[in-house]
Order: sequence, then C-alpha cells, then structure tokens
Amino acid sequence: MDFNNYLELFIEESKEHLQTINDELLNLETDPENLSIINEIFRSAHTLKGMAGSMGFEDLASLTHQMENVLDMLRNSKLSLTSEILDVIFQCVDLIEKMVDSIEQGGDGKADVRNVVAQLTNIQDPSKAVPIQAAQAVQEVAAAAVEEMVIDNYQLSVIDEARKEGNKVFQISITLDEKCVMKSVRSYMVFQAAEELGEIIQTRPSVEQIEEENFDHSFMLLLLSANSLEEIQKTFLNISEIVDVQVVERTSEELEGTGRSASVSQQVEQTKEQTKEQPKEPAKEPQNSDTNTAKKKQRSKSIRVDIDKLDHLMNLFSELIIDRGRLEQIARGQQITDLRETVEHMTRISTDLQGLILNMRMVPVEQVFNRFPRMVRDLAKDLNKKIQLVVEGEETELDRTVIDEIGDPLVHLLRNALDHGLESTEERIAANKPEEGRIQLKAYHSGNHVFIEVVDDGKGINRDKVLNKAIERGVVSSEEAKNMADQDVYALIFSSGFSTADTISDISGRGVGLDVVKTKIESLGGAITINSTPGQGSIFRIQLPLTLSIIYSMLVKVVEETYAIPFSSIVEITRIPQNQVSTIHGQRVIQFRGQVVPLVYLKEVFNVPSSQGIGASEELFIVIIRKGDKTAGLVVDSVIGQQEVVLKSLGGYLNNLFAISGATILGNGEVALIIDSNQFIQ
Amino acid sequence: MEMLKIVAFKIGEEEYGLDLNQVQSIERIQHITRVPNAPEFVKGVINLRGNVTPIIDLPSKLNLGEAQYTDSTRVIITRFEEMELGWIVDETNDVIDISPDIIEPASSNVFDSEYFSEIAKYDGRLISLLKLEELMKTSSN
Repeated sequence: MDFNNYLELFIEESKEHLQTINDELLNLETDPENLSIINEIFRSAHTLKGMAGSMGFEDLASLTHQMENVLDMLRNSKLSLTSEILDVIFQCVDLIEKMVDSIEQGGDGKADVRNVVAQLTNIQDPSKAVPIQAAQAVQEVAAAAVEEMVIDNYQLSVIDEARKEGNKVFQISITLDEKCVMKSVRSYMVFQAAEELGEIIQTRPSVEQIEEENFDHSFMLLLLSANSLEEIQKTFLNISEIVDVQVVERTSEELEGTGRSASVSQQVEQTKEQTKEQPKEPAKEPQNSDTNTAKKKQRSKSIRVDIDKLDHLMNLFSELIIDRGRLEQIARGQQITDLRETVEHMTRISTDLQGLILNMRMVPVEQVFNRFPRMVRDLAKDLNKKIQLVVEGEETELDRTVIDEIGDPLVHLLRNALDHGLESTEERIAANKPEEGRIQLKAYHSGNHVFIEVVDDGKGINRDKVLNKAIERGVVSSEEAKNMADQDVYALIFSSGFSTADTISDISGRGVGLDVVKTKIESLGGAITINSTPGQGSIFRIQLPLTLSIIYSMLVKVVEETYAIPFSSIVEITRIPQNQVSTIHGQRVIQFRGQVVPLVYLKEVFNVPSSQGIGASEELFIVIIRKGDKTAGLVVDSVIGQQEVVLKSLGGYLNNLFAISGATILGNGEVALIIDSNQFIQ
Repeated sequence: MEMLKIVAFKIGEEEYGLDLNQVQSIERIQHITRVPNAPEFVKGVINLRGNVTPIIDLPSKLNLGEAQYTDSTRVIITRFEEMELGWIVDETNDVIDISPDIIEPASSNVFDSEYFSEIAKYDGRLISLLKLEELMKTSSN
C-alpha cells in the first residue's frame, strides 16, 4: 500500500472537512439552535477523526475525537451551546488546521494538543466542579461553575432522551486491585469499555482526576446503556486488575432524589412511560441514517483530476483542432457530401468539446471566498470592531490558475478594509452610522472579465492625508499634487512603501502590502482600481481575465509574420495615411481623437526581415493600445481578425523576451507569438 | 560493461553524438516561427504536438556557421530537466552502442569547447559527444 498516495488524498479531504467545519461553525454562531448545522459539523469531525486515525496521526485523531465528543453532546442536546464552547471548538479547528498543514509540509502532524483537549474534556465533563477541585485555579472553577449550572439541566434531558431510545441508567462502582500500578491506564480501559457499551454521563471523581490518578482504588460511573446489567458487569470484570464491579440500575426517581432540580421531574415521569413502549435501539443510529441521506442529496459526484492532465488534454485537443482545420479544407475541395457532413458534425462536436475542456479548468471563486468569513470574524474580534461580512457571487467561476493566486491579494484587501477602512465602534456611533461595520466581498462576470470587489462602509480614503504622505515620501511633487484627479490620488496608495495608517498594527500597515497586491494582480493580467467617498467608504475593484489560458486577441501581420495582440489592451484599430505621421523629438507620432499618440513600428522593434513584393503602403494599420491612461499605436501591415487563442508559454529557455508574453498555435498549425503590449508603454 | 547509447548526427562532414536518454524524437524541419530579439542561434519556435518548442541552430551554437536546410536536415528534440528543445542538424545517422573503452577525453589544447569533452572512436568514425546541459546553459542572453 503506497502511503503517499493516500496522504495526498487525506490532506485534500481534511482541508475540505475543515472548511466545512469552519463554515458551519460560523453559521452556528448566528443560529445556535440549529441541530442540522451541528450534525453537519459532527459528520465532518467524525470523518476527519476516522481518516486521521487510519493514517496514524494519533494527535490529530485524539483531538478530533474530543471535539467530536463535544459535538455529539451538542447535537444530542446534552450540552447547550455557549460562546465559550464555540471558541474552544474554533481553537480546536485552528489546531487541526495547523496539524494538517504540518503533515502537508512533510511534518509528522504532531502538536501540543493538551490545552485544547483539556478544555474540550472540561466541556464534556460536568463533574469538574465537584468540591475536590476547589483547589484549582480560581478562573477555572468559575468557568466550571457556569458549566455545572447548565449541566444539571442537561444531564436530565440527556437521560430523558436516552430513555426514549430504550437506554437505562446504570451507576457503576469500579474497584481496582490495590496492587495496580498504573491506575490511570486501567481506568482508561474502563472508560473505553464503557463508551462501547453506551455513554458516560458522569464520573466521580472527574475524568481528569481519574486520569491523574487522584483517587484511591475505586471510582464511580454513571452510564447510559441499552445493555443489560449483567452484560455490563461482565464487560468490566474482563478488564484485568479490577477486583470489584458493582452495577446498579438507577431509576429516574432516584436520580431526582440525588439533588436534581425538581422542575424537570414531571418530564422524566412522562418519558418513563414512553420508555417502556419503545423497542431497544442504540441511541445514535436513527439520527445518523437520516442525516446521511440528506448529505447525499447535497453533494454532486466528482473526481479529482490532476491539473497537469487537464493541460495535457487541452494540448491534445488543440492538435485535434488543427487537424479539423485541415479536414475542413480537404472537404471543401472534394465534392463528397458525406465527407462534408461528417466534417461539419465533427466541427460542432469539437466546439462543444472545447467549451467543456475550458470549463473544466474553471473553479467557483467560492473556494477562495469561503475562508474569509472566519478570518473576518477573528480579525473583528482582535480589532474589537463589529463587522458584518457580506459575500456575494461566490459561484462566479475563474480559471484554476487565477484562483490559486488571488487568495493572498484578497486577504490583504480585506485586512486593509477591516483595519483602515472601517472606523472603530465609537467613531461610527459618533458619525451617526450603524454600529456594525459592513464589508462586502462580491464577484461578478462582465464581458470577458471577472470583477471582484471589496467594499467597506467606513471612513473612505482621506485624499489630503494620502497626498501629504506621497509628497513627504517623494512619490509626487507638491506641484503635481494640486492637479491630481481623485482616482490618481487613491492609486498612490499602491505605490511601494506607502502606508497611511498612523499606527502600525498587527493586522496591516507595515508599509508593505498594497503595492504587492497590485503587482500580483497585474501579473495575473488584471487591474485594480479604487473608488472612495469620504465618510461613506471605499471600493477596491479587481478586474481579472476570465481565464489565463484562453485570450481573446487580434491577429495581425507584420510582413509575413503573424502576431496576436490581446484584446484587453486594445482601444481601437485605425487606418491612417502615411502623411499624417509627424515627428516630435525624433519620435513618430500621430494625432488621434485629439491625443498625440506615439507610434511603435513592430517591424522595427521585432527586426522583422523584409520580404520582396510588399512595398510601403500608402496607409498604415495602427492598433491603438492602452496601459492605464497612456496610449500608443502599434504599426502593423494588416489585420487578420479576432480569435480566441490558447496561451502557451515559451518555456524556460526563452525568457524575458522584450514585449512577448507567450505563444499560441494557429489553425494552420503554425506558432504565433503573443505581444505583451504593456512593454511598449513606459 | 555499461554501454552508452547515442544518437549520431552530422554537422557538415563532422560527426557528433547526443546521449539517447536525453533525446525525445527526431523531426523533419517544419515551419519555424521566428522569435524577435532572441539570441542569434535561436531559430524560433515550432509546434511540436501542441507544445511550443524553441529551436536552436546547432551549427551556429557551435560556431560552425548557420545550418543550410536540405532534405536531410533534421531537428533533434531533447528533453533535459523538464525543458524541451529542438536542435537543427544537417543529417542524422543512427543510434549506436558505444562501450566506454572506445571513448577518449578530448585533449583540451586541441578542442577548446565547453560543449564536448569526449570523443568516441567507432568503426573508424570520430564522434564528438556533446554535453547537452552545457549547450543549454548559455541560453538567456
């Protein structure tokens, strides 16, 4: 068995489950009563535990086991959800995430889980607050005391529930051999056996105490089980070094007598009646089967495919497209109806196929977005701000490559919005705004692009502050500053080494950042702009190409060579008579729509060899391109037409070529180079 | 004794060899797209079964003058460290097994080239063994 094959799968799936848990926990926070959410979390935690166990990551397994226990109690209403419990579970999830990361990076997935495990067991085990523990730290006792109050009620309801399922309550006293050396080990075995039989409601002393061997030779368990008294006794006696096992079945009345609150006694009476009628049945079964079917409905079937395989598929397909082109030519030359019809059919099919293959690379942006709610929640807590994150358009699809890269810039923008964009709660109240700040993260399609916006309703960007800083840092002169448009001023915060926060915080504002965001987005072929209204907030808008591998482009000819110019940078294509070209400082320019546009002769910059028979024409074909607000005109010999081309890298051997960003294969099988027009504009 | 398999080919009248393990295929010359501003010896790129592959004029890389294309001109496609490259040669001969005892180091004062260091004497033929990784090195300039 190749462990590594499974490891990859394990990591992938663990991450998926962690994501589910994180998402659902956030849902749970807003809807704490919703049992189906807890069930969802429980299932994920359970699967995670199973996987970790079978892969031999013991720490991970034991941690998830404890978490699962707490969740199980929650879903069976043995515990009521408090924000403390939720925090511990969040902590737990973080820890699991760390462990999975460590495993992914080749580590052993070990981490110090004691603290969180202890917290989890605390939650599970109510008897923590029994007097023996009074010696413990004040804080803990206080926390436990709160739990104890909750527990009294829930224990009874647990028993109620269990009785409905045909379980009985047993009080078990276990006495260990006096010579027993490792009492904790024995008692652990007892717990294990007990958990197989049913559910431990309470122990005396508490589980921790027992594990620390803080007891003489005997301890007590309150066990819920469907098994008979004899079976239970036999099971425990099978464990070595146990000298005595006393099992007593407890009735509700007795339990009430032990100091339970009287108000619930009625309920217990009622349920007792029902208990008799119900067939014996393990407690968890029915719930599980119910929720499993629900789960099946939600998830569509899918398989994982290596992205390299998809790339390969695409390559093979483009080969096929080339052959298709040839076939079409052949068919046109021959007067064979059958051949022509077959080729036409093949053309249609292959067009569909192409769409499908391209589509396979598309991934909903949700994959990136879904980690943000959690991040924003944590940041908001850190910053002590009240923030509502609204996510829209998470179903919008982007090329896998873009998805992989866009995460970090978005994290940065969100942090920026939280930290600098939104005011503190006091400031918001003073400004007559709702106390809760609002951050919107939305994605949408438009034309050949996908837009992602980070919108906050904070204080907006302070134009003067940005300008002052820019002047101070020498980014612009004070002369230039006077006539700058708002947009241009905002764009200054993307220049490197720029940070307007008065104080440097943990969250953002180390001066590195937004410039990195900008560089990253541009490297993806995208652009970022800012809009801001003082007092009302800011919008950071990222424009991204739909896919990195397919570019809509204009094919042009220079002498006999074909080049592709991406549509995204083309403004217009025009024909201009030779005599309209003039020179300024030796630079050839044209006047176009009231602007002076410098010309770039592709024939010259690319040293295209001349060919006989093509004389200088009277008219120039000029492709006007734009970068930011600057334009230039590329002079070409002719324009072939627009086409979607598959971007291919020139490989490592030919790197850093001036103004060439890649290549593509044309319908005739030849390679055409793709022009990176940004490099023509400085 | 470990036999070395090489692809033997000709540049002009001289014979050269490349380790067969590094050779992917041998292609006929096809349409090459010129790449502007690339080094002189890079002829351009071709479409090799959907992959854009750079083509290098091996004679000019070895300072033997530019290759003249004839019917026997071939492109040897090599793969080394994930990088595919095509090398234009005048003629490919055959794949030969060479035993290590017929390989001699090229004495450095006669052949001053970092691209080959060994010569195989095979059946009266002298075959210079090229070092692909060295040939690939001086790429980006």
